[in-house]
Amino acid sequence: MRIYETIFILKPDLPDDEADRIVTQMEAVITSGGGTLRKTDRMGRRRLAYLIRRYREGQYILLDSECNATTVLELERRLKVTEPVLKFQTVRVDEELKRAAKLQAARSKHSAKKKPRGGAAPSAAPSAAPAAAPA
Amino acid sequence: MGSQSRPYGGPRREGSGGGGGKRQFSRRRKVCRFCADKIDYIDYKDVRLLGQFIPERGKILPMRTSGTCAPHQRRLMRAIKRARNIAFLPFTADF
Repeated sequence: MRIYETIFILKPDLPDDEADRIVTQMEAVITSGGGTLRKTDRMGRRRLAYLIRRYREGQYILLDSECNATTVLELERRLKVTEPVLKFQTVRVDEELKRAAKLQAARSKHSAKKKPRGGAAPSAAPSAAPAAAPA
Repeated sequence: MGSQSRPYGGPRREGSGGGGGKRQFSRRRKVCRFCADKIDYIDYKDVRLLGQFIPERGKILPMRTSGTCAPHQRRLMRAIKRARNIAFLPFTADF
């Protein structure tokens, strides 16, 4: 199962219940495809950096999900045909998150080893140690 | 830091920060901000952070100006391009 972040922009003048309906529809696509929804974030109305279909603002919705690739294809297909959706983008984040976690763990282990041995074995407990690494 | 290419003719530096304006090669003193803060994942949704690397015209700052190191510059570039796709950042700022 891969972790994806899908973000899409809805028209700003869409009424709230319509927007909710679309969001729940998309969530249903994910769950019916056997995926789990990790987070839904209604980022609200924001100003767009450029005009999209003559609109200057849009409602941003973020869906963080863990599913397989076919579900993502289905989700994007749906988003493409849904009329109020102006733009969408899906990013695969599991590799990046894994790498960030690995670096984080390596770094905390490194800093734990550097501490004077007060009996603390360098266990891989990812403590948020403010490592003052000598550059 | 890796070796940085020497500019050809007299470099036109804008003398913002850094000591002295008559350097022949690019500034090496600048530390990569991401390495200093130990940021691993550069989020494309973090417009505040990304916006510091795209000045007026919306272009991405080169490594020699921003002081970023190469791996972080690549991640930053990817994040900025994703943010541009989803209208968090402009492609060009000639509004």
